[in-house]
Amino acid sequence: MELTLKEELAVSEKKKVKFIKIDVDKCHGCRACEVACSAFHAKPKYSTINPARSRIRVFRDELRNVFVPVYASFYTKAECSGRRVYIAEQKEHSPERREYVECSFCGAACPSRDLFFEPDSGLPVKCDMCEDDPPLETPWCVKVCPVGALVVEEKEVEVSEREQEKEDEVEHGLDALADKYGWDKVVEMVVKKVGNK
Amino acid sequence: MRYGDAGFNLEIDLSTGNIEKVATDPKDTEDYLGGLGTNAKIIWDRVSSDTDPFSEDNVLIFSSGLLCGTPAYGANRTIISSISPQTKLFAFSMTGGFFAPELKQAGYDKVILRGKSPNWVYIYINNDKVELRDATHLLGKSTYETLEAIRDEINDPRAQGLAIGLAGENRVFFASIETHRGSASRLGLGAVMGDKKVKAIVVRGTKDLSIAKPVEFMNECSKVLDYMMYRLQNPIKGVPAILSLIGSPQEMLLHDEEWHTNNFAWGNARVRRKNFWNSEIERQWSETLERSRKKLISCYNCPIRCAGIIELPGFPTYVMKCYSKITYTMAAMVDSLEFGLKIAAKAQHYGVDGFTTPQVMAFAIELYENGILTDKDLEGMPKDSREEQFFWLLDRIVRREGIGEYLADGVYWAARRIGKGAEQFDRNTIKKHEQIPIKLGMLNPIYYIMWSTGEKANITQIEGQFPQAPFPSKELKEEFIRDWIQIPTGKEEKFKRFIMEWGEEGKNFPFWPEPDLIAELVEWQELMHYVDDSLGLCAGLSSFPLKPPYHIHNLPVFIKYATGIDYDEQKLWDTASRIRNLVRAINIKRGLRREDEKPPEDHWKKRFPEYEQKLLDEYYKYKGWDNRGVPKKETLDKLGLGYVAEEFEKMGIYEGE
Repeated sequence: MELTLKEELAVSEKKKVKFIKIDVDKCHGCRACEVACSAFHAKPKYSTINPARSRIRVFRDELRNVFVPVYASFYTKAECSGRRVYIAEQKEHSPERREYVECSFCGAACPSRDLFFEPDSGLPVKCDMCEDDPPLETPWCVKVCPVGALVVEEKEVEVSEREQEKEDEVEHGLDALADKYGWDKVVEMVVKKVGNK
Repeated sequence: MRYGDAGFNLEIDLSTGNIEKVATDPKDTEDYLGGLGTNAKIIWDRVSSDTDPFSEDNVLIFSSGLLCGTPAYGANRTIISSISPQTKLFAFSMTGGFFAPELKQAGYDKVILRGKSPNWVYIYINNDKVELRDATHLLGKSTYETLEAIRDEINDPRAQGLAIGLAGENRVFFASIETHRGSASRLGLGAVMGDKKVKAIVVRGTKDLSIAKPVEFMNECSKVLDYMMYRLQNPIKGVPAILSLIGSPQEMLLHDEEWHTNNFAWGNARVRRKNFWNSEIERQWSETLERSRKKLISCYNCPIRCAGIIELPGFPTYVMKCYSKITYTMAAMVDSLEFGLKIAAKAQHYGVDGFTTPQVMAFAIELYENGILTDKDLEGMPKDSREEQFFWLLDRIVRREGIGEYLADGVYWAARRIGKGAEQFDRNTIKKHEQIPIKLGMLNPIYYIMWSTGEKANITQIEGQFPQAPFPSKELKEEFIRDWIQIPTGKEEKFKRFIMEWGEEGKNFPFWPEPDLIAELVEWQELMHYVDDSLGLCAGLSSFPLKPPYHIHNLPVFIKYATGIDYDEQKLWDTASRIRNLVRAINIKRGLRREDEKPPEDHWKKRFPEYEQKLLDEYYKYKGWDNRGVPKKETLDKLGLGYVAEEFEKMGIYEGE
């Protein structure tokens, strides 16, 4: 089964978008990706380990053979409505079916759970394909996954999408800051910064 | 600021319900690392030599290793220590999985339990919040069911736990402590947990763990990952398939079981079936495994998939690895792998040891066949099917029902309680503990020492990274030693020469090689296990397989970069020796002596009693122990264990020399 959730994450100059393709059949739930991600994004780099900060998390249910890596995508301040329920494949004799709500496999940072928020600041995190400074050729999580559950792939996109994405990202960050500190504080800070320049 | 370790232990007095978070001494980290090392220090300090395993004064420690939670691959072992109800000696058993890193992430290196809870509880640790919660509704639930029920109760699928099943509740002397991914099976720690009325311990942590030299540490990790991949692609030539790779022996991946089935003894460690493995068996067993194995999975932060999710119709799902795949089949003397996988499903849910349990049942069958146990003793046991008999015995044992009350104490104690000559059928225990069923022809002097003197009383936790037989050709020998980088400094030439000469005319067991080389080879093998068990590293990546990714040269570097404590090869060797001698000292204090250090009489057909005693003398001498196996005062002083020597003097232990 190939997960259909594909997030466009970064755009090269050649209008190519890199994304992480997830193959849940290959994932065996070791969480090396979580360790690597939290280490890479620590400040200073690699100085602390904390999977709770990781921008990729593995949903594991070993008794039902469910191993799903999910990486942090967008931020939303509201829960979704009409949440769907997934039912894990069950053997005939099983006394009870196991149900998972949809958000077990969702990459959003949202108020319904503590996933994809920095544990101390409460600010949402988002996968950046390890392209902050200095950018890595291959994201750390992919590097430490020799079984191939995570692979980097590229696809062509329109430039306009790129611009849209930048805008989305700024909005995403601002919304999160506003939720945490209120718009007044955010505006105050923006004005101050602009003034300084 | 602490690096590498969390710097705090959680101390829980179950009798009073008092819970404290206690800062640890960084000097202990330097001297004993963590895991087994610091566990041994705590047991030495707190548990007196006359403490009964089932008393309030016995402690039960759940520990991470020093490197657990760091990005070091395979550093995920939980090391559980206490006094064993079966051997009455120091018990240390380990499990892989996800518990130890989660504990570190919650801000603790260890959870130390003392006292006894008045009512059944489970322990729930959520970072700084620690609760003893009522567990009466979980009684009778299996190990896996218990953990699942708790995850639902606390509504946190990311919490990691350890639990006992019915066997632990009923204090079966070989009850295990299970996680969803492994088990700490040996030496009856599940019974101690049950005696303390703790059904499970569950932890969730979201705190940072700090690394002293981050960039340098990550570089070492990357090198290890590269080497792991290299070893997986380059199996060692000239050894049995299951010994050629790294990780736990790959018995969930590979179908070839010729080595175990043809060479190990079946039944109550009784019969060799030298031609058991044939193409028809291989076909059947492959088919069974392919059908029942849903996926190969790993422990925390490790790419090597040693375990399999096993699912068979009518039986609960479980996770299995390694040699317990075939222990039940071999003990029952049946041909069916499917039977073995099915009964292991029940056994793991009940929470019993996959090495000891099959042998206890085979022992009972032997007593029955020899008229020592009668139909009356085994009332209700199915008559026709050996498989059904095993299922029936397992159900009695975990409930301590009828004959199960006797068998639940293991072969040694059961034999003595049953009497009527049953002792003669206790033929595969060392230090009252059931061993892997190997019965061979010619005495192997290296294994003789390891079986005799190993504190764990479990050969797979003593041996390792050394071939078990000479390579069949000169070319294979040369290839093996060419890039054998794991040998300790100064021993390269000696060990390589041994490999090259082994098997040549006159260069064979038992009277070759010379005793001090035997002692050196044993010391290397066992000390690396002490290092792993203290660092929380999987032996499958380090002390157990041939040419492992972790070794005496890179491990000090890992310690140094993780903790900031200056470490080099010599210092690590000394630390491992310190831990090894401290573990020994706990057992000496509890009465262990030379006369306990002997493999079963029929372990080898050809024995040489005088020569064996000479080997033991030489090994003791090499270790700096007296001829009773007691570490000498000067040995202890040199290792910084002066306090042990003082205690020995006070107890009069040196007087009997």
